[in-house]
Amino acid sequence: MKNSILRLALASVAALCVGSVPADAAWEPVRPVEFIVPAGTGGGADQMARTIQGIVTKHNLMKQPLVVINKSGGAGGEGFLDVKSSANNPHKIIITLSNLFTTPLATGIPFSWKDMTPVAMLALDEFVLWVNADKPYKTVKDYVDAAKAGGLKMGGTGSKQEDQIITVGIEKATGTKFTYIPYKGGGEVAVQLVGGHVDSTVNNPIEAVAQWRGGKLRPLCVFDSKPMNYDEQIADGKAWKDIPTCKSQGLDLEYVMLRGIFMGPKATKDQVQYYVDLFTKVRATPEWQDFMKSGAFNTTFMTGADYAKWVEGEEKRHETLMKEAGFIGTGN
Amino acid sequence: MTTNSHNAAGPTQKTMEVVMALAIALFGLVVIAGSLKAGINWGAEGPRAGFFPFYIGIFIVASSGINHWHALQDGDSGLFAEWGQLRQVMSVVIPTGIYVGAMPFTGLYLASMIFIAWFMRWLGKYSWPMIAAVAIGMPVVTYLIFERWFLVPLPKGPIEEWLGL
Amino acid sequence: MEELVNLFHGFAVALQPFNIMVMVLGIVLGVLIGVLPGLGGANGVAILLPLTFSMSPTSAIIMLSCIYWGALFGGAITSILFNIPGEPWSVATTFDGYPMAQQGKAGEALTAAFTSSFVGALFAVIMITLVAPLVASFALQFGPAEKFAVYFLAFCSFVGLSKEPPFKTIAAMMMGFALAAVGLDSITGQLRLTFGFTELLNGFDFLIAVIGLFGIGEILLTMEEGLAFRGGNGKIDLRVVLKTWMGLPKFWMTSLRSCLIGCWMGVTPAGATPASFMSYGIAKRVAKNGKNFGKGEIEGVVAPETAAHAAGTAALLPMLSLGVPGSPTAAVLLGGLLIWGLQPGPMLFVEQKEFVWGLIASMYLGNLVGLLVVLTCVPVFAAILRVPFSIIAPLILVLCAIGAYSVHSSTFDVVLMLVFGVIGYLLKKCNYPLAPLVLAIVLGDKAEEAFRQSLLGSGGSLGIFFSNGLVSSIMVLGLIALFWSAIQEGWSRLRPPAAVA
Repeated sequence: MKNSILRLALASVAALCVGSVPADAAWEPVRPVEFIVPAGTGGGADQMARTIQGIVTKHNLMKQPLVVINKSGGAGGEGFLDVKSSANNPHKIIITLSNLFTTPLATGIPFSWKDMTPVAMLALDEFVLWVNADKPYKTVKDYVDAAKAGGLKMGGTGSKQEDQIITVGIEKATGTKFTYIPYKGGGEVAVQLVGGHVDSTVNNPIEAVAQWRGGKLRPLCVFDSKPMNYDEQIADGKAWKDIPTCKSQGLDLEYVMLRGIFMGPKATKDQVQYYVDLFTKVRATPEWQDFMKSGAFNTTFMTGADYAKWVEGEEKRHETLMKEAGFIGTGN
Repeated sequence: MTTNSHNAAGPTQKTMEVVMALAIALFGLVVIAGSLKAGINWGAEGPRAGFFPFYIGIFIVASSGINHWHALQDGDSGLFAEWGQLRQVMSVVIPTGIYVGAMPFTGLYLASMIFIAWFMRWLGKYSWPMIAAVAIGMPVVTYLIFERWFLVPLPKGPIEEWLGL
Repeated sequence: MEELVNLFHGFAVALQPFNIMVMVLGIVLGVLIGVLPGLGGANGVAILLPLTFSMSPTSAIIMLSCIYWGALFGGAITSILFNIPGEPWSVATTFDGYPMAQQGKAGEALTAAFTSSFVGALFAVIMITLVAPLVASFALQFGPAEKFAVYFLAFCSFVGLSKEPPFKTIAAMMMGFALAAVGLDSITGQLRLTFGFTELLNGFDFLIAVIGLFGIGEILLTMEEGLAFRGGNGKIDLRVVLKTWMGLPKFWMTSLRSCLIGCWMGVTPAGATPASFMSYGIAKRVAKNGKNFGKGEIEGVVAPETAAHAAGTAALLPMLSLGVPGSPTAAVLLGGLLIWGLQPGPMLFVEQKEFVWGLIASMYLGNLVGLLVVLTCVPVFAAILRVPFSIIAPLILVLCAIGAYSVHSSTFDVVLMLVFGVIGYLLKKCNYPLAPLVLAIVLGDKAEEAFRQSLLGSGGSLGIFFSNGLVSSIMVLGLIALFWSAIQEGWSRLRPPAAVA
C-alpha cells in the first residue's frame, strides 16, 4: 500500500516533468487516452476499438494506457457531442462508423463531422447481401424476382442508419418494396436470419461469417466496386473473393462504411501526427492483419487532406441518400 | 399543518400524498406532451415513436387522479415525518447536492474528501486524525482501483490537472 | 457419451496449475467488480481483456469467464448489505436480502445467495454439457414475437404482487415505462421525450435509477430514523454458513423451479433479469410462507439468485453456438473470442473442441472456486455493517456517485442519481412500490421494441402473438399468471378484512 502511494507520488512528479518539456518536441500523451466508441459493447466499432486497445497494450505502442469507453446514447450522438465539447483535450479520440453522418441527419442533434479533426481512416467495412441457406435464392436475380413478388422482410441494425439506407437503395434500384425490421446489433440480425424470422440481411462480413461457415447463410453479393480481397476458403469451397459485386449481378448499388478516427476540434498538427503514427504502427502488426482478414475489411488507409475530402464526399452522399429516403429528422 | 398527540409537528401523510399524486400527474402530462411531439398515431409500419408513451402518460395521469382522490377521501392524517426528522434528511440531501454540483468543477477527488470529512465531523463527531485518514484514504484507494487498475477515468478538476494525473 | 469424454479432456485442460491460478485471480477481480457499483461486469471484463493477450486463448477465456462468475456472485453482496443492486438481475435479491440484513441475518442471506447462485450455475452448466446442440436450435425459434411473449410473461408473473394500493402500483410501473421510453426510439430512429436536452439522449439508465431509488433513498430513510444501520450486531463467523446450509435443502422445489426458469430465460435471449423477477414472483405465489416475502424470507433470496445465475450461465450457450451475446458482459466476452481468432457460431463446437470443453470444464471449476472464495468472505462482508453509519454513509454516497458517473462518464447522471434518491425516499414514504418501477425501466423499452418489431413483421396484425405453438403457449402462460393474481386478489377481498389494528 505504502509502496503504491510512493509510486503514485513519483509518477505524479514524473508526469509534471514530462509536462514541462519544451514545446518544440513532438507531442505525446501525458495522461491516459480515452478511446470513445459511439456504439454499444460487442458491435463492429467496439470490436475494432478493443482490438486496437489490445494491440497497443501487447506491443507497447503507447506510454500511457488507451481506455475504451462506450458512449452509445442517441445512436452515438452522445459520443460525438462528448468529443465536440472536449475541444482542448488531446487525450480523447473517437472511432466512427456511418452514424457520423446518419445520426445528426436523422435525429437533428447539433453536430457535424466538421466539429472534429479527422485523424485517419483505418479501414472500410463491407456490406454483403445474405439470405438463409435453406431458401431457394441462389443468385441476386432469384432474390430480386422473389422480392418483386413482394412481402420480403429485411433485417438490419438500427433505424435510419446504414442497413436501412442500403435497403432503400435496393428498393430504388430494383423497384421492389421490403419490410425493414430494425434490431439492436449485427449478430442478432444474423441469427434472426438463420432462424427464419427475416428473409435477408445486409450484415457486415464479420457479423455473419460464422453462420456462413456453419452452412446456415448464403452470401449473394457485396456492395462494393470490386470483389473483396481475401482468397482463403470459408465455406462450400468459396472465399470472400468469390462473392460477386452487386453491380455485376445487376443490382447497381455501392456502399462501404467508414471505420476511422477523429479527435477534438482544436487538435494541433503535432497531436494529430502522433495518432497517425500510432495507427500506422498498429496497422503493421500481425494481429491487425488477422483482424482485417477475419472481417474481410477493405484496408484502405487515408490521412490528412485526402481523408477529410473523402469524409466530405461521403457526407454529401449520405445527405442525398437520407433525403431521398425521407429519413431527415428535425430533433425533438 | 396539524399537530398530533405526539407533541411533535410535521407535514401530514395526507398532505404529502396529495402533493405526490399531483407531482406524478404533472410528470404524466410532460410525457403526454413529449409523445404528441413524437407522433402518437399508428403509422403504416405499426405504432409510431410516441404511441406507447402517450398511453403510458394517460395511465399515469389517470392513476394519479385516483390516488389523489383516495388521499383526499381517506388519507392518513398521521405525520409523514417530524420536522426534526426531515431536517436530518435534508442535512444529507443538501450537502450531497452541493457535493454533486461541485463535482464538474472541482473533480471527484477533492469534492469527495471535503464531503467525507464534513459528514464524519458533523454527524459522527470524529477526531481530526481519524477524519483525515478516511477522507484522504478513500479517494486515494478509489484512484488506484478505478483509474490505475481498471482504467475508468473519473471526473477531475484543476488540482488533478496541475498534478498531471 | 462423446460429450463426457470431451468434458474430461476439458477438465484436464482447466486443471493445469496455471489455469487454476488464473481462475482464482479472475474470481477475486470479478467479486471486486461486482461489489463496486462503478464497475459492471462488462466494464471489468472489457478492461482486463488486453491483459490476457499474453496467455493462450483457453487460459484467457477461463480468466474472463471467471471474472464473469465473480461479478455475478459479487452483485448480491451490495444488494443484501446496502440495498444497492449493482446489476439489473440483483434487484429481486434486495427484496428479501436487505430486510434479512436489517434483522441481523446478513450472514444467512449472503450464504443463501452465494449457494443458490452456485446451484443455479451448476444446473445450467450440466444442461450445457448434455443438451447443447438441442438448446441452440431452440434459441433460434425466438423471433420478436416470442421475445415479447417472454417479457409479457415476466411482467404478468410479477404484477399484482405488491401489498401497496393497486393504483399506486400502476402509477409506479407506468412511470418506469415512461422513463424507459426517453431517448432514441430504436424502431423509428427518432428522439423522443428529450425536449431538446442533449443530456437526455441516453435515456434513464437502470443503474442510475436504482442506485438513487434504492441506495440513496435507503440512506435518507436511515437518516430520518436516526443514525444507524440496523443489523450490525449479527453473529459473524463461518458457522453461520453451515447453519444456513442445513436449512437450504427444504427449498429444493423452489431451487429446481428457479433453475428451470433461469435456463430457459438464459437460452432465449431474454436474459437473467426477467428470470430473477419471474422466479421471485412465482416463488412468492407458490410458497407456503409467500405472504412473508419482502420481510426477509430466505426463500425470497434463493429464488431470484438461483434463476439469475442459471440464466447468466445458460446465456453463454447462445453466445458460443450462435454468436449472440445474452448480456453486455457476454458481448464483451464475445469480442474477446473474436480477437483471439475464435469465431463463435455453429462451427465452434466442431472445430475448437479443446477450447469449448476447456471453457465448459472451467464453468464447473470456476463456480466451485468462486463459491469457496465468497463463502470464506461472508464474515468479512457481514462485518461491514458494523462500521458506524457516519463513516460508512459518506463512503457509500461517494461510491454511488462514482457508480452513477461511470455509466456514461457524465456528471449529469450523478445529479440525476441524487434526484432519484429523493424521489425514492418520497415514493417509499407514500407507499408507492419501487420494484415495478424498476422492472419497467429495465424491461420496458425491450418489451416495446420486441412488440413493434413483431408488428412490423406481421404488417400490423396482433395475430402474430398467437401465430405458432411456442409464442401462443408463452402468451397463455402469461395470461394465466395475470389472472392468477386477479383471482387471488378477489379471493382475499371476499374474506373479511384481516386484523388491520
